[in-house]
Amino acid sequence: MNASAPNPYGVSVQVRGLRKSFDGQEVLKGIDLEVRPGEIFVIMGPSGSGKSVLLKHIIGLDPPDDGEILINGESIQTPEIASKYRLALVFQSGALLNSLTVGENVGLYLTEHRLKSPEEISKIVSEKLEAVGLKDVADKMPNELSGGMKKRVAIARALVIEPQLILYDEPTSELDPLSAVVIGEEILKLKNEIHVTSIVVSHDRELAFGVADRIAVINDGRIVTIGTPDEVKKTSDPLVQRFLNADFKRDPPKPKAYEKFT
Amino acid sequence: MFENIGEIVLLFWRTLLALPLVWRQRQKVFEQFFEIGNASLLMVCILSFFIGGVLALQTGPLLTEKSLGSYLGGIVGYSICRELAPIMMSILIAGRIGSAMAAEIGSMRVYQEIDALRTMNINPIHYLVLPRLVAMAFALPMLVIVAILVGWFGGAVVAEGNNHIGLSFQAFYFSLRQFVESKDVANGIFKTFCFALIIAVVSCHQGLMTIGGPRGIGRSVTKAVVNSIVLIVIFDYVLTRVLMLFNK
Ligand SMILES: Nc1ncnc2c1ncn2[C@@H]1O[C@H](COP(=O)(O)OP(=O)(O)O)[C@@H](O)[C@H]1O
Ligand SMILES: [Mg+2]
Repeated sequence: MNASAPNPYGVSVQVRGLRKSFDGQEVLKGIDLEVRPGEIFVIMGPSGSGKSVLLKHIIGLDPPDDGEILINGESIQTPEIASKYRLALVFQSGALLNSLTVGENVGLYLTEHRLKSPEEISKIVSEKLEAVGLKDVADKMPNELSGGMKKRVAIARALVIEPQLILYDEPTSELDPLSAVVIGEEILKLKNEIHVTSIVVSHDRELAFGVADRIAVINDGRIVTIGTPDEVKKTSDPLVQRFLNADFKRDPPKPKAYEKFT
Repeated sequence: MFENIGEIVLLFWRTLLALPLVWRQRQKVFEQFFEIGNASLLMVCILSFFIGGVLALQTGPLLTEKSLGSYLGGIVGYSICRELAPIMMSILIAGRIGSAMAAEIGSMRVYQEIDALRTMNINPIHYLVLPRLVAMAFALPMLVIVAILVGWFGGAVVAEGNNHIGLSFQAFYFSLRQFVESKDVANGIFKTFCFALIIAVVSCHQGLMTIGGPRGIGRSVTKAVVNSIVLIVIFDYVLTRVLMLFNK
């Protein structure tokens, strides 16, 4: 563990009665959930159900219309919280700074807060890039990378912070299955090594059930179900069942009339 | 635009409060500074040479006819350093650099780069606005000094070359030095400094406020330039009036 990390343990997150509207359209309609320290909490749900908006609230980028978010019991909206806890969000799009190289992006937190010497920073940068399966990209510009590579760089950038809470917005959505496994393993490794609290938004059922301690399914701004992977699998809620078991059929269903003759 | 004046003033104030951090951001200040110079030095020279030239061309023959030809250097010199160089160059830079600032920050906003900075506990005002404001506050007055000198030169060239005027180089500069004092130049530079702050703050503010994809960026750029120019022209009057009080 790094000496600069004052508290190597994950934080707890509580979301209480969170509501948010954009231009009169209510996106989050009262979300309550609690994430324990060191837990991997997966949020699943259809596109447009408000998952990204929820993550932005949890990390304090958007102010809630109603309700509150507590990090270790303190509101995320208090000004000191950002310097007290190290929190990181891996954006759905990566959100790398296009004017900086990949290496500068990954090391940005350390450079701007002057936490390490340039040599140490470049060492940490290549370490973290390697952890997400990237090599020799530090001098490239973000627009030279594929979508999946950008996402992995964004994860590396979050790892550099050595966060106590890390939020992933669809971390595997643009990755090939092999890279997705690397990311899944990295999420588990962080939990086991530094006991970071992780909140993972994903539609990727394999990732979700592979890493989750608990899963919440959200639809249309509300939580439909919440529980351990096994509990969620057994839920009777039809929407959850459809969402978890959706599979396309290779053979279209036979027409009703056909059955009469067989 | 005026509904945002409060926000613009607030952004300016917050940037001023961050001034002690400027040394930490010096690298970015230098980058911005050279970018501004690189992008506009040639334009500034061409523009001010011809402004000085056309001024001499318009007034020269008339003055010569009334045998006031020896005042030409003074008139050209005075109007360039007090008014024309500051305002024309500021408008040029609003179009050339203000637009670029609004576009760059606007696209960072739209593509969530600014959100990413905030999650890393990096203040966008310190990281983006401060270096641009400081670089602009130095670069624009320096460009205007160049513009004043080149403008005077342009006036002198036309005064000597045009056969309706025929005032020699030496006579032009002699007249100029008789009328133009260093406080006139200082006056122009001070106004330019204020215009530089206007351009940087208005453009950065507009960039930070950008919403809604590539179209939003386009809108921000237009607004940044138009609002900067309007404010520059209004402030030009106000500042000129205020400076008059001090000159008595
Ligand atoms: N800044 C915003 N302004 C207006 N509407 C927004 C904004 N952010 C998100 N929304 C809307 O909120 C809804 C949920 O979005 P999002 O959280 O991104 O969905 P997802 O679950 O796919 O991540 C969408 O209908 C989206 O249009
Ligand atoms: Mg999303």
